[in-house]
Amino acid sequence: MEKIPILKMGRFLLVTIQVDMHDQLAMQLQENLTDRIVAVRARGVLIDISSLEVVDSFIGRMISNIAAMARVLDAETVVVGIQPAVAITLVELGLSLEGVRTALDVDRGMAMLQQQLAGQR
Amino acid sequence: MAVVHRSVLPIRSQEDIVRVRQATRESAVAQGFSLVDQTKIVTAASELARNTLDYGGGGEVEITRLSDPPRRGVRLVFTDKGPGIADVGQALADGFTSGRGLGLGLGGARRLSNEFSIESRVGEGTQVTIARWR
Repeated sequence: MEKIPILKMGRFLLVTIQVDMHDQLAMQLQENLTDRIVAVRARGVLIDISSLEVVDSFIGRMISNIAAMARVLDAETVVVGIQPAVAITLVELGLSLEGVRTALDVDRGMAMLQQQLAGQR
Repeated sequence: MAVVHRSVLPIRSQEDIVRVRQATRESAVAQGFSLVDQTKIVTAASELARNTLDYGGGGEVEITRLSDPPRRGVRLVFTDKGPGIADVGQALADGFTSGRGLGLGLGGARRLSNEFSIESRVGEGTQVTIARWR
């Protein structure tokens, strides 16, 4: 059974989506991630989708859901690496990923999460 | 207008949706689409394949590469024998959903395509045709 790995980096979780996910795999990631947030008391989640060549409304909704669930569990979510062609298509599709913070790459995403955490102290 | 290549794929499972995305990408690349145009038609294909599975109870897609010099295109025809759509206008409106989606599927696929048509008969099924040209 395929599974998307979730790495722990300090107080953050890092997910790199590298496969063309079928819907069930996306749903499973949502569940696994929320479980892990609670298990390790993560304060931030960074999702790298730079390898994703397509983000349709289902995957878009999954990303929004993860961000919303993480927020309820006191963790911030940043999505990084959206390809330009994917961004153009998302907007035309009518998806704006509202409530989801984005950054261009992993470094900037990490900096964003760290700033957020420092600001709360 | 000449048909360059034609293939038919079943849509019976979530894995089939992934296969439809891959086959659509392959056709768009073969037709020399730009990356943005590839992404648009693959995304539209994904939305429509999911509709075929979730609302149509499964079906198939016919993927055709077209040549209409100087234009080259990809046409996708999604067919199911599901319950059909009583009010197509309503189904095309953003935010309308009868299931687990966001309601962006049909309207979104239309915006991502150069040509779009839908035929549906209640109790008989639905056929959605899209095409994108370069």
